[in-house]
Amino acid sequence: MTRYAADPSAIKALIHPERVHRDVYTDPDIFRLEMKHLFANTWIYVGHASQIPNPGDYLTTDIGNQPVLASRHSDGSVHVLYNRCPHKGTKIASEACGNTGKFFRCPYHAWSFKTNGALLAIPFKKGYDGTGLEDTEAVKGLAPVGAAHVYRDFIFARLAPSGVDFETFFGESLSSIDNMIDRSPEGKLVLEGAPLRYMHPCNWKMLVENQTDTCHPMVAHESSAGTAISVWEREQAKGGKKPMAVEVYAPFMSPYDFFEKMGLRVWPNGHGHTGVTTSIHADYSAIPGYFDKMVAAYGEERARAILGESRHNTCYFPNIMVKGPIQTLRVFKPVAADRTLVESYTFRLVGAPDTLFERTLMYNRLINAPTSIVGHDDLEMYERAQLGLHADGLEWVNIQRLYEPGEAEDVTEIAGGTSERQMRNQFHAWTKYMTMSMTPEGVAFQEAAQ
Amino acid sequence: MSAVTEKDLVDFVYREARLLDELRYEEWLALYAEDAHYWMPAEWQQTNPRLQASLMYEDMLLLKIRVERLSGARTFSQKPKSRAQHLLQVPQVDEIDPAENRYRTWTSFHYAETRGDEFTIYAGWARHDLRVEEGSLKIVLKRVDLVNFDAPFGNIQLFM
Repeated sequence: MTRYAADPSAIKALIHPERVHRDVYTDPDIFRLEMKHLFANTWIYVGHASQIPNPGDYLTTDIGNQPVLASRHSDGSVHVLYNRCPHKGTKIASEACGNTGKFFRCPYHAWSFKTNGALLAIPFKKGYDGTGLEDTEAVKGLAPVGAAHVYRDFIFARLAPSGVDFETFFGESLSSIDNMIDRSPEGKLVLEGAPLRYMHPCNWKMLVENQTDTCHPMVAHESSAGTAISVWEREQAKGGKKPMAVEVYAPFMSPYDFFEKMGLRVWPNGHGHTGVTTSIHADYSAIPGYFDKMVAAYGEERARAILGESRHNTCYFPNIMVKGPIQTLRVFKPVAADRTLVESYTFRLVGAPDTLFERTLMYNRLINAPTSIVGHDDLEMYERAQLGLHADGLEWVNIQRLYEPGEAEDVTEIAGGTSERQMRNQFHAWTKYMTMSMTPEGVAFQEAAQ
Repeated sequence: MSAVTEKDLVDFVYREARLLDELRYEEWLALYAEDAHYWMPAEWQQTNPRLQASLMYEDMLLLKIRVERLSGARTFSQKPKSRAQHLLQVPQVDEIDPAENRYRTWTSFHYAETRGDEFTIYAGWARHDLRVEEGSLKIVLKRVDLVNFDAPFGNIQLFM
């Protein structure tokens, strides 16, 4: 670490309200600082409780570049632990999801741990008698992360031991997760279907920003959505109703005015969503039987209110996006400054007709798969941006659209749907969470917040 | 068409690969029945294309969209264009059933896709479900199982 190491003023100088310096996308030092500070100070999505329903169930993932696991303990509680044996460092769990039985057992030397991480046993332990092992970190077992929180089955964790608490961090933004869950007549989601995994040769933030970029669909996706419309217009002469796939593709070609009117909302701490009044998901055909089940569960007024929300993309800072009306969740996992793994997950609404889940899966493969033509359009733009940013003629990326000088930061507000306000909101939060643990004052703030 | 032989089926699978390698997509689409599907599962030994995750499960409409898009003036992910190459093991004929008009083959393959300086190899198995329509073999279902279906891929823009 050289140029930017632990120098908050240098970090802050990269972010202006209406533009950001290219180094935030390209510089390996910045990337390392993001892993160390940003991904430690924020609440990161770990997984969904339905993936680990029974004691001994676990899932593994990464928070930034840190390997972690989430474990269901015998008392039903969920524990988020570093996935590293305290003895020699071996990863304890290697599968994406599994069941470890009553305890974790390291495959290297058979140190074992309870499913809450506590050390259970060490083979031939008398070899440590009188060595002072009991005074080391090693006997504490699998280290827990700083904090973990399960919100309506969504598991989040913060690596830093102190910092902004869960409710303060997310605040009203949780309403998008609420709406996705409430769309189940039983108020319950099950994560189902393999995630679609898609490697991108670009910085993770480009993907996040694109989620609320409503001035690109009619341009970048003319090739996919535009072609879908023109092929369908020819084919529909043969008769038959508009296929679900065309319903999914076609709205990407909506005009600027549509996206402007659909609106955008920002929340504090970098969260925000597109689609306040309507969205590209608002006009899908009704699924037979679904509305009746919702009315039976919630009453007509409440059912209409739940289904009337058609929020487009909700970004939870820093690196996930939720689509309530579609029941998908995308995780943008940073791998390197110019490499991002995107994992797109699908949820089944418990108690809803299968056809809804069929649409969720279809949406995911048409839009989010490495075989998706919409995905191809987007990846091409990210890749070109990642390469283009090396041009020394211009070092700044513009995020000025519908910017108002003196614009309030860290607030809940609504803006025009084609605004780049959410990108500015994210970068404001980026600066805050990057620098809060870099100086003694920042650390003091963090502790005070706790 | 007289009785379908094993050689007919094997030749058909080879011909499909050749059309793809030569980027002759209109002719390739003509090998498919109107109700055909092209399926790439995303789970091991997957049984259900609708209620389990797939990389692709496309009917003729979606395949036509793909093919038309590849040559679109504003298809930026095809500037420069991709090319493909199939290396097939001899297809195994799993079923010849003239009474039911049902024919099935299974073909192990390596597939290479290239674009610009990028070159990527994939490996897997292709299953062809075929039937005879007006004297010609047609694909009813082409199922492509990648050996590493659960790995994170970059763009896969053409057809295996």
